[in-house]
Amino acid sequence: MQTKRMTYPGRFLPYALLAPQVIVTLIFFIWPAGQALYQSLLREDAFGLKTTFVGFENFVRLFRDGSYLNSLSVTAVFAVGTTLLSMTMALLLASTVNRMIRSRSTYTTLLVWPYAIAPALAGVLWWFIFNPSIGIVPYMLEMVGYRWNHRNSGSDAMLLVIFAAAWKQISYNFLFFLAGLQSIPQSLIEAASIDGASPTKRFWTIIFPLLTPTTFFLLVVNVVYAMFDTFAIIHSTTAGGPAQATNILVYKVYADGFVGLNLGSSAAQSVILMVIVVALTMIQFRFIERRVNY
Amino acid sequence: MASITLEGLKKTYSGDVHAVKGIDLQIEDGEFVVLVGPSGCGKSTLLRMVAGLETITEGTLKIGDRVVNKLEPAERDIAMVFQNYALYPHMTVYNNLAYGLKNRGFKKEDIEKRVRIAAKMLEIEDFLERKPRKLSGGQRQRVAMGRALVREPAAFLFDEPLSNLDAKLRVQMRVEIKQLQRRLKTTSLYVTHDQLEAMTLGDRLVVLNAGQIEQVGTPMEIYSHPASMFVAGFIGSPAMNMLPVDYLKAQGTNGLLDNLPDGTDVVGIRPDDMHLAPPTALHLTVDSTLALFEAAGAESHLYVTLADSDQPTVIRVSGQPPVAEGETLRFFVTRDALHPFNSVTGKRTGD
Ligand SMILES: Nc1ncnc2c1ncn2[C@@H]1O[C@H](COP(=O)(O)OP(=O)(O)O)[C@@H](O)[C@H]1O
Ligand SMILES: [Mg+2]
Repeated sequence: MQTKRMTYPGRFLPYALLAPQVIVTLIFFIWPAGQALYQSLLREDAFGLKTTFVGFENFVRLFRDGSYLNSLSVTAVFAVGTTLLSMTMALLLASTVNRMIRSRSTYTTLLVWPYAIAPALAGVLWWFIFNPSIGIVPYMLEMVGYRWNHRNSGSDAMLLVIFAAAWKQISYNFLFFLAGLQSIPQSLIEAASIDGASPTKRFWTIIFPLLTPTTFFLLVVNVVYAMFDTFAIIHSTTAGGPAQATNILVYKVYADGFVGLNLGSSAAQSVILMVIVVALTMIQFRFIERRVNY
Repeated sequence: MASITLEGLKKTYSGDVHAVKGIDLQIEDGEFVVLVGPSGCGKSTLLRMVAGLETITEGTLKIGDRVVNKLEPAERDIAMVFQNYALYPHMTVYNNLAYGLKNRGFKKEDIEKRVRIAAKMLEIEDFLERKPRKLSGGQRQRVAMGRALVREPAAFLFDEPLSNLDAKLRVQMRVEIKQLQRRLKTTSLYVTHDQLEAMTLGDRLVVLNAGQIEQVGTPMEIYSHPASMFVAGFIGSPAMNMLPVDYLKAQGTNGLLDNLPDGTDVVGIRPDDMHLAPPTALHLTVDSTLALFEAAGAESHLYVTLADSDQPTVIRVSGQPPVAEGETLRFFVTRDALHPFNSVTGKRTGD
């Protein structure tokens, strides 16, 4: 394949054009990342007067710390729950909308709206809906005999943040699933129906396998989202509680560093998060290279 | 195997698009019927109604003795070959062929046996473990055929299955499809816009125009007795020449045009019925100028301008006659080569 090459007069222009991006990356990513790396090897005393170099001790401590291990498993539950819920709902909605003809664009527009809402607002919205004293859902649950209270039930709190986080991500997943579904030729579905496959069977043997590239891409995106982009949702609903039940890794970095002022530990946690995000990104890139798996 | 009966079949899409306007047709058991017509005339729509992929707005469709109007595609016992082949891209050729059998609960050994037989018949045994994207166009076409015939359905439906192939392969596959159908004797309904494909493949042709049947008949019946000016122009290449009777009469006709059927105002003449040498039978004589000479190997096409007329006309002769562009050409036509039409109704007036 032939690639198009632009040539510029002089050597200065390309660098000038690149500069803004490089500067932004340096200031807002490389520099803080370097700071975090450096900090993670230091310990600061409670008054911020003295710092000592402690090597990897911050990391070792973290993995002996019950609250950190708890946060790891909370994050896992939260990420898996959010990803599964939002992807399942999005796929369900996308397959339904894909079958519509006239009202398709209306539904698409409506379904995309949640994505435009700020995470903090999404959190507040769900906090209202699930509010134990004034919310509609607890009221209805009460009628079937369940007392919803995310203020003291850890599992209720976890469900609340999963709902809020998944709800916001459904739009994104929906768009990708819809695009994926629309790229499957109608004649394949028709051939399968002539071949005697029921709608359910067609979904699992034809449509779902052909959506694999989209599904895999979204899987990574959603895990990344749940792990890193949900700070505001947690902050505005449960603030990590009750009893650390929703204290996911990113939230803990903030709580330990800015509230607890344990900068060394907080920095070490950031470094671990960085490693995770790099790993996920690499998985994603490897996959994009081989997008088509059939 | 079964016959297919269409009674007053109609399809109206929302927005008042009358794609198919009432088709009556009986396809006998084992017959190969070709639906032919220009693009957009409703061929695919009609075929898809038979397949069950499109609802029937009005009319009755029977496969065998069963009315199948409301049945799902799978319950109609038909197989279809799509224009773009519609092979399942994530399955091997073997699984593409086996899919329909698996869905119908065939036993593993039976599936294996049937797939092997079909693969052998279509010479695709060597690709059974490959995915469709690793096959050439012709091989994909064979797999698509194989998928249709492993199931041994009551009828095959084809929607322009050869139109994505290059010219040479198209001719080759055309012959193979014909031979295969002769061997299996499965009732077949084949859609194409290519009149040559239609002529060579079909036991019977159905010429469709704007959602309606223009003519039904064997290829030769249709070629030698086109029922309308549309059919006359559509079947045969180069297309039939249409000359106004008044024009011919003005050229002097030896009384040849005196006994044309009532209402005839146009006569059609096939390009190969225009002779450069005077025949012994009574004939018309027309003068023209050669505008363009097209040598096509064994035959030549002479595009001529008639004297005192702007009617485009083409003559087909075998070999390559010694004529040059710009030269005056005189050609001769006998009475039995004339197809009489009425230009208002568009219908044939007699014979
Ligand atoms: N889903 C549809 N909705 C509305 N009109 C359609 C639809 N499918 C086909 N048509 C119209 O019906 C007519 C016949 O189409 P089709 O059967 O595909 O023609 P052909 O196969 O002979 O080229 C065309 O005018 C086409 O625009
Ligand atoms: Mg068509």
